[in-house]
Amino acid sequence: MIKLALSIIMRDVSLSLRHGSATTMVVGFFIIVVSMFPFAIGPEQNILQRISVGVIWVAALLSCLLSLDRMFQTDYEDGSLDQFVLSPVPLELVVVAKSIAHWLTTSLPLIVIAPILGIMMNLPNEGFLPLIYTMLIGTPALSFIGGIGASLTVTLRRGGVLLSLLILPLYIPVLIFGVLAVKASIGGYDATSHYLLLLGFTLFSAAIAPWAAAAAIRSGLE
Amino acid sequence: MHKFANPARFMRLSNIVLPWITGLTILLFALGLYYSLILAPEDYQMGNTYRIIFVHVPAAYMAQFGYGVIAVSSAIGFIWKHPLADQAARATAPIGAAFTALALLTGSLWGKPMWGTYWIWDARLTSMLILFFLYLGYIAVWQAIEDQVKAAKIASIVSLVGLVNVIIIKFSVDWWNTLHQPATLMRMDGPTIGGNMLIALLLMIAAFNMFFVAVLFWRIQSLILQRRIRSLRLQLGGGLG
Amino acid sequence: MNDSLKGQNLTCIRGDRTIFSNLEFELPEGHAVILNGSNGSGKSSLMKIIAGLLSAQNGSLSYDGHNILGNKDWISRNICYLAHKNGLKPEMTVGENLKFWASMEHHQGDVTLEARKIGIDHCLDLPVCYLSSGQARRAALTRVLCHPATIWLLDEPTVGLDVAGVELLAGLMNDHLKNGGCILAATHIELHIDPHKSTILNMADFSLKSSHASEINLGKDLL
Repeated sequence: MIKLALSIIMRDVSLSLRHGSATTMVVGFFIIVVSMFPFAIGPEQNILQRISVGVIWVAALLSCLLSLDRMFQTDYEDGSLDQFVLSPVPLELVVVAKSIAHWLTTSLPLIVIAPILGIMMNLPNEGFLPLIYTMLIGTPALSFIGGIGASLTVTLRRGGVLLSLLILPLYIPVLIFGVLAVKASIGGYDATSHYLLLLGFTLFSAAIAPWAAAAAIRSGLE
Repeated sequence: MHKFANPARFMRLSNIVLPWITGLTILLFALGLYYSLILAPEDYQMGNTYRIIFVHVPAAYMAQFGYGVIAVSSAIGFIWKHPLADQAARATAPIGAAFTALALLTGSLWGKPMWGTYWIWDARLTSMLILFFLYLGYIAVWQAIEDQVKAAKIASIVSLVGLVNVIIIKFSVDWWNTLHQPATLMRMDGPTIGGNMLIALLLMIAAFNMFFVAVLFWRIQSLILQRRIRSLRLQLGGGLG
Repeated sequence: MNDSLKGQNLTCIRGDRTIFSNLEFELPEGHAVILNGSNGSGKSSLMKIIAGLLSAQNGSLSYDGHNILGNKDWISRNICYLAHKNGLKPEMTVGENLKFWASMEHHQGDVTLEARKIGIDHCLDLPVCYLSSGQARRAALTRVLCHPATIWLLDEPTVGLDVAGVELLAGLMNDHLKNGGCILAATHIELHIDPHKSTILNMADFSLKSSHASEINLGKDLL
């Protein structure tokens, strides 16, 4: 089982590496969205400092969304998705593996680049590690919940907009707990409860996503 | 055609019941409005402005109730493949969305005299706004998928995922709200309600409920007829009707 | 005749449109059924129903008397489905693609050997996006050859193939029948399959014809 999941993850990651462009575009989008804010808000350091965490998190959500619609779409277009459904591998496992691959190719690069954006947004020193921690804990939920959205819209021609409409409201808890945890750490408060709630939401999304997404794919292919 | 056996029975039943429900709705509204506008006393703090709660509270309640109806009928439709349940879920969505919009509108109107601004990121209003987004997504799914059987399945998954999430979102919004704003603000449930105020509120809730049922029946009827027209057209269009 | 794949009263409704109703067919071991019919007559839908990708409104599907409709476990072991689409990733080489599906579907066949049979072994190290459509189809057929299943569902297997490719495919299908396999194929091209082992199912009126002239009309009257 785990071997099969690993080979699906390896396949998706290597496909994305060969394509290359997808990950680079997402990271580029992430940087550009964040750097729009100083133009909109003004370059005052203290204001940027106050909004930095929120802006980085929102930009991360949007960047994640950008690559979601390709999660099952390419497999649907070339017929691989049909074969996954017919193969002895449980579709739920395929969903989990593909969500993990999506996280590796989208969220992980965002987490690597986030500290640089933190510097640009004048994030206080105490905020850097918590930002990385919260992103590490919280972004898997984005891929899992996103996997549900991607599977719901896989057979639609213009599923991208619908996907955003469906998924963004479900991302609100990640945003709330992720930002609160970093802000609490910056303010010197105890952030444990925020971290735990964030982790709880990630685990919850990992638990429901495989079933919901697999059901959606089966219905969608009909 | 077993597919239309149930809807056909529904059409017959609803044609009998619908006039009664409509009458009851009008009666309840007349009573409720009489109580809420005339019999219920003026509030000593807020004067007459508080009377908007007789619309706001039932609307907010119906908004949540509507999403519950969608989720339950979606589950029935998904598990037992009951075509009527799918149509019920689909028919409920715009009604629920309209109630949510009404709750948002009346909430923000009430905010002006209370808080001096039309919008405040109060936990309840924010949750209502997110519920509105969920409604929009659900309605969009029905519109995006041509094949109605497939749309029903996809939409039911959307509503069920939405239902479990809406509870978590509600909790996280409350959590966020208490941390960001000191709880000195006037809440919607601020004034204690009693006597004629309570009767007025209950009457209005009952009236809204009846109205909901009436519109729901009416919409399911029109959806069934629409489907019938579609399949008749397809039969004319050729192939193996 | 021992084992056979049997469909009874199959009805397929997609959206609000009835694709076919009360379809009957029997596919004994070592035999092939060729689906014949115009576009939209439900050839692909029938295959998808057998493969479990579509649900039938009505009817039953059994193998050796056991119901297999929706039995995912049994289907994934015993049925190999080749769709219109090849199911190959254009960025990966033919070999990588085949190896991936070999691990997913527990293939037993040797990839190089099977690829040689269909004449694609020289392309194993080429990315699929470099192949012509016929070569890509051959690569997809290699997956079928490696698959351990006895029942093949081939949806337009000859699309893109040249004359030599069609000949090779017909030979391989005959081999599969000889080894006791079953084939359900939809194709517009005359395949030279042993006429004693194949029947033609006409999707328009569901009449069954054996390929060698003598007509045995087992079809059900529609409506």
